[in-house]
Amino acid sequence: MKHHLSGALLALSLLAGVPAARAESIFTYASGKLLLTGGVSQVEGAAGGGLTPWAVIGGYETKDQIGANAFYTSVDTQDYRITSQGALVGLYNRVEFSYARQDFDTQGVGAALDLGYGYTISQETVGVKVRLLGDAILDQDHWWPQVSAGAQVKHNRNGALVKALGARDDQSTDYYVSATKLYLAHGLLLNGTLRATKANQFGILGYGGIDNDYHLQFEGSLAYLVNRRLAVGAEVRTKPDNLAVAKEGAGVDIFAAYALNKHLSLTLAYADLGNIVTRHQSGLYGSLQVGF
Amino acid sequence: MKYLALAALLIATPALAETQTADPFPVISPDGSLYQAFGGHEGLVRITDDLMVNLLADPRTHDFFVAAKRDQIKTGLIQIFCHVMGGGCTYTGKNMTEAHSQLGIREEDFTALVESLQKAMDKNHVPFRAQNRLLAAMAPHHREIVTGAGKG
Repeated sequence: MKHHLSGALLALSLLAGVPAARAESIFTYASGKLLLTGGVSQVEGAAGGGLTPWAVIGGYETKDQIGANAFYTSVDTQDYRITSQGALVGLYNRVEFSYARQDFDTQGVGAALDLGYGYTISQETVGVKVRLLGDAILDQDHWWPQVSAGAQVKHNRNGALVKALGARDDQSTDYYVSATKLYLAHGLLLNGTLRATKANQFGILGYGGIDNDYHLQFEGSLAYLVNRRLAVGAEVRTKPDNLAVAKEGAGVDIFAAYALNKHLSLTLAYADLGNIVTRHQSGLYGSLQVGF
Repeated sequence: MKYLALAALLIATPALAETQTADPFPVISPDGSLYQAFGGHEGLVRITDDLMVNLLADPRTHDFFVAAKRDQIKTGLIQIFCHVMGGGCTYTGKNMTEAHSQLGIREEDFTALVESLQKAMDKNHVPFRAQNRLLAAMAPHHREIVTGAGKG
């Protein structure tokens, strides 16, 4: 036991000591963007605000670099606990690949519906985003924003249940276009996203319902830079209302995102997700992002 | 002949007017209030001194500046910043493209410089908003400065 401990301590001290310069070179590898300008991780895993993707490519890489980050997000509402975790890779500030898994813990509602307390519905999302034009940060003399297009391929792992609730399918793909602009002189960032989707409640309740059509939804974000590390703002995300069993409304949040450095950021928000099956759901949102 | 001269004048006039208005460093604070927020000439001297210290200390930018004419760069930066912020200076150095064409500066190097400048402005108590106004005016020059890997 003692042996193991001293061995571990030796390994730790070696890790901490000798490769410090090397660690520094790894950690500064993708440091080519300014702090916070890669956005944070939105609920389905894309770089953006908390609810909505932005046109920025995630990670701190430039066109010569590769960046990556991972996140864990939790939202606690009156009836549910929603967690999301995932990771993304940003290639040359041009293409972003992401993966995220959302777990929707129904807690007491699960018991009431005879599904069992804490019955959890899960969705996996694989995302891709491509920057089409503009640079939201550097092109301060252009009025036009950075524009990106993306797709989120979604798979609901509880197909039988969501179909019983009226969804048509357990998989579907969202398509979106995002326009993002930083007005640096004013410390303001604006984002607008148009999304074509069949998803009910982000996809937690499956895809399609009363109809099986794509619904065009608007999402918007506004952020104010308090200082280099801290941004505060608000978001809105409209959602289709396409399930007969329960009404669905827009989600909104107010947030504060704090970047300790380019490797660690924390986002806290108060999110109001609208009605989700039982009643209006709102609560605290916390998200941690670790980047490389 | 007369007509020719007139025609030449007509063609030349808009071109002249254009060179006059196309200042590569447009003034963003004509009343000089931003220049004052930076502490005027003395403030800019301190900021560019600190900037140069930061650039030499940062391994990402060290090699670009260690062998450069640093006093000349500082003088140029002070003139540009002063001009842009309404301090009434004139930039007498090379244009941005000429000055940077051979350096192979990458976007991440440009970002590193911005971060060194942010530190220098912080140290000299320039308000965040005033910092961002200057950075917003400088950011578009990435097009003349960044000529290294992956351009375009």
